[in-house]
Amino acid sequence: MAERERMLTPPRGGVFVARAQVMTAEDVRRVLTRIAHEIAERNHGLEDLVLVGLQTGGVPIARRLAGLIHETQGADVPVGSLDVAFYRDDIGLRPVLPEAVTDIPWDLTGQTVVLVDDVLFTGRTVRAALNALSDYGRARAVQLAVMVDRGHRELPVRPDYVGKNLPTRRDEMVDVSEDGVLLGDVVAR
Amino acid sequence: MNVTLPEVAETADTRHLLSVADLGRSGIEEVLRLTDSFVEVSERTIPRVPALRGRTVATLFFEDSTRTRLSFEAAAKRLSADTMTFSAASSSLNKGESLRDTVETVTAMGADALIVRHRSAGVPWQVASWVPAAVINAGDGWHEHPTQALLDCYTVRQALVARGADGAIDGMRVGIVGDVKHSRVARSGVLAWSALGADVTLIAPPTLLPPSLAGWPVRVSHDLDAVLPDLDVVYLLRIQAERMTEALLPSLREYTAVYGLTRRRAELLGKDAVVMHPGPMNRGVEIAAEVAELPCSVITRQVSNGVAVRMAVLFLLLGSGLDA
Repeated sequence: MAERERMLTPPRGGVFVARAQVMTAEDVRRVLTRIAHEIAERNHGLEDLVLVGLQTGGVPIARRLAGLIHETQGADVPVGSLDVAFYRDDIGLRPVLPEAVTDIPWDLTGQTVVLVDDVLFTGRTVRAALNALSDYGRARAVQLAVMVDRGHRELPVRPDYVGKNLPTRRDEMVDVSEDGVLLGDVVAR
Repeated sequence: MNVTLPEVAETADTRHLLSVADLGRSGIEEVLRLTDSFVEVSERTIPRVPALRGRTVATLFFEDSTRTRLSFEAAAKRLSADTMTFSAASSSLNKGESLRDTVETVTAMGADALIVRHRSAGVPWQVASWVPAAVINAGDGWHEHPTQALLDCYTVRQALVARGADGAIDGMRVGIVGDVKHSRVARSGVLAWSALGADVTLIAPPTLLPPSLAGWPVRVSHDLDAVLPDLDVVYLLRIQAERMTEALLPSLREYTAVYGLTRRRAELLGKDAVVMHPGPMNRGVEIAAEVAELPCSVITRQVSNGVAVRMAVLFLLLGSGLDA
């Protein structure tokens, strides 16, 4: 999630400077169509399936996936959003504030939840998200979809659907938007 | 006693919450925005998040309270903090322990935040200068009660959003009615409402106003019937009989006749006006029993929002890392 927000806020501070475009808008669209198909393939019928986007980067991706699933499968999959700020393990160590109010207006018991995020990095956000989800009921299964897996995991977390595996240095930054995926650095102001 | 209102700060000091003035407009708005997230938490089947695990919140109440203390304790528990409770009546104060020693003892037991209520103005500032813990003023004498003002602003904002407005308090007309003189709720309220751009009128008999209102960003009226139809928010204060050391009112009946929100007066209210009261209510004195139950009354929402607002304050002071 909020990797961008956290890297750009104090005490780290700085501005994002792109060095290379890794995916174009067209690449992103193709990848999302593939992931939509993969989700449908793996969860035959798409019954009792919900998409939950992680604030902030995962939310628009979850919405687009739901739109693509509707187009290609004719199924309406509900979309929620989750802000994991209150579940993070770095509370008190650096600024942690929610970006938005969590919106999961259903009991998740018995549902299959696909967590959606833009970038998978250390895995700590996903750990927090799994804890948060359990407060909304006992999901039958939780799967993870990410646009970019950039490595450097610090926890045993593995995505089920990956847009692109992108080898990075720890200090680089990945920016995902509907215009594509950029790789760059955070430069001090 | 003359209390001048402090200047409202430009930027928030997030180490303590002693006065609304410390927060400034941006700080107040930050608390209100964060409260939205904690209202969502409070509405869940399991209304608890692990945000402040391992932190300890101590309530130090040297004066009676029901809702404020319970509200802070509920807020701390919903954030998974541990709580410690001190109440003056059953403490070693009765053996002659000083305020300072009491506060240092509680801090030595590992309290990260102290919620302080005292009958004397300024005690929370004094406490904040003695110990490293975050201090939240839960009411000091006639002086301030910042979390009450924050939950009041939040409740009005929520009512505005519920009817499709954007929740901006700018330009709203707020009438604070009754015992302003003895009211810390009124002092914090005036600071918060005016910081958010509301237009505040105090409506009270001269005996229940502070001796000087120099520097207060308010208007004053002694005629509730004349002002009532123009108000967006009618904020009724409790007649604080326990703080009245002299005869400030001819009788409670006369007070009710002139300044009480009676059934008849409630009909003068504008269509979208809301009625508020910080509690505990003297039903039949400042507010008629049945008026408190009308749809325009948000008194119960004030209480439930109180927990979420206090969660936001505790999280900002202890958890957000903004001081790091």
